[in-house]
Amino acid sequence: MRTKIVLANGVAVLVLLLSSLGSFGQQSHIGKLTGNAKQGKELYRRYCIFCHGPYGDGTGENAPYLDPKPRDFTKATFKCRSTPSGSLPLDSDLYDTISRGVHGSGMPSWRPLTHQQRADLVAYVKSFSARFEEEKPATSLAIPPEPPNSADSAKRGAESFQSMNCWQCHGQEGRGNGPSAKTLTDSKGYPIAPFDLTSGLQLKCGDSPQAMFRDLMTGLDGTPMPSFADALKPEEAWDLVHYVETLRAGSKKAGHIKIEQIEPKGE
Amino acid sequence: MSSRLISPIVAGTFMVCVVAMSVHGAGLPANAPAPAAAVVKGTVKFQGTAPKAMHIDMSADPKCVQAHPGGGSTEDIVADASGGLENVIVYVSQGLGDAKFDPPTEPAVIEQKGCMYKPHVVALRANQTLKVVNADGTTHNIHPSPNNNRELNQTQPPGVPLSMTFAREEIAIPVKCNIHPWMHSYIAVFKHPFFAVTGKGGSFEIENLPPGNYTITAWHEKLGTSIQKITVGESETKGLEFVFKAQPGS
Repeated sequence: MRTKIVLANGVAVLVLLLSSLGSFGQQSHIGKLTGNAKQGKELYRRYCIFCHGPYGDGTGENAPYLDPKPRDFTKATFKCRSTPSGSLPLDSDLYDTISRGVHGSGMPSWRPLTHQQRADLVAYVKSFSARFEEEKPATSLAIPPEPPNSADSAKRGAESFQSMNCWQCHGQEGRGNGPSAKTLTDSKGYPIAPFDLTSGLQLKCGDSPQAMFRDLMTGLDGTPMPSFADALKPEEAWDLVHYVETLRAGSKKAGHIKIEQIEPKGE
Repeated sequence: MSSRLISPIVAGTFMVCVVAMSVHGAGLPANAPAPAAAVVKGTVKFQGTAPKAMHIDMSADPKCVQAHPGGGSTEDIVADASGGLENVIVYVSQGLGDAKFDPPTEPAVIEQKGCMYKPHVVALRANQTLKVVNADGTTHNIHPSPNNNRELNQTQPPGVPLSMTFAREEIAIPVKCNIHPWMHSYIAVFKHPFFAVTGKGGSFEIENLPPGNYTITAWHEKLGTSIQKITVGESETKGLEFVFKAQPGS
């Protein structure tokens, strides 16, 4: 009996060893780059730990002062994805978020880090959730070429803005003051405001028409912003993008802020 | 050296597994002819005066007002005059060991009707399809917020088909529509078929239960859980009653 207990303990230790090896063995693949969690951990502890915390659960020492809260990587739920709602993101989605930062949050752009360093960070971020070992991300969204941005297209988009109930949260004029706006919470239960589309501020996951198309179709997981993949045909989604652009164009700030994209040299 | 070390450990693993199986398998023989199954049935009661349903102002969406001209009412505690409590999930929480069950092929259904969820509580099996129906003239979004499953959030305009599955057991996943913030529902996901949701009068029935010792849990979204241990014999019909008391603030 005693030997059995000792053996069982040995097995448990072995399993623990293997699982910890598993998380350190986590890799990321972005184009030709391969990121390694081991290197990513060093970078994480230098740059990310203060907000995202030592366990990646978003409870770093700065977290109490931040709104929105730092992402909890243990849930593997990410806003900016090219994959359907509920799916894991692609490595390149996480890489893009680290590079771009998340506008309107405490998450800055990490373009000053090298491409390799960012890829290593992606690998380490993935090691916080077992989902990255158990599941595969679903096929990423196909973004068809943008049709001409015409007044007719924007008008059709305005109709979708009504019929899809966008206004219930974003408001009839897109000011983020719809009837449901005050009731919204994120997946952690923190209050979250619908985006004021007239503010001219940068969108969370990128400002390009393609980024807006993607965010409409995949949704921002962990927030009340749903996916419209089953609700809109691609051409209808483009119409809606064109309408939202008319709301954004009304602002003096729109197009005013140009952020120079600093990329390290010699990569 | 390492291989010499590992092999006794591997052998040990098998021994531990065999011991574990003989303990867990006791209640449920794998391929032996199944003994005549038992039934557990009964009611869930609410003790005391059930709080009155709250009025829901649906005026934000004219399509919802059409369905409920005077406004809707909340469904978080629904009890009849004799205390029969609806929307309680009654399920086997212990006693099945490691038995595996394939999910049924027919889907479970949740309907958005009159800007409310029908049923208010839906229970289904892991990996069973949940068909989501929008019977309203307005667009909804269905947004389950699980702890143990993937979070997803889909827009559903009128008449557009939608379905989803949940891979892991979870009791229960809160569901909401962010567009219509009064819309709440719960989805319970089970890895076995021994569960029921109480209907009118608070009655439930769990069928086809193999004879054995079980822990039965009753779960209510506001009133919490209540647990009872039972033993059922071959072909036995066991009566079971759960009572929930009014809680401060509920």
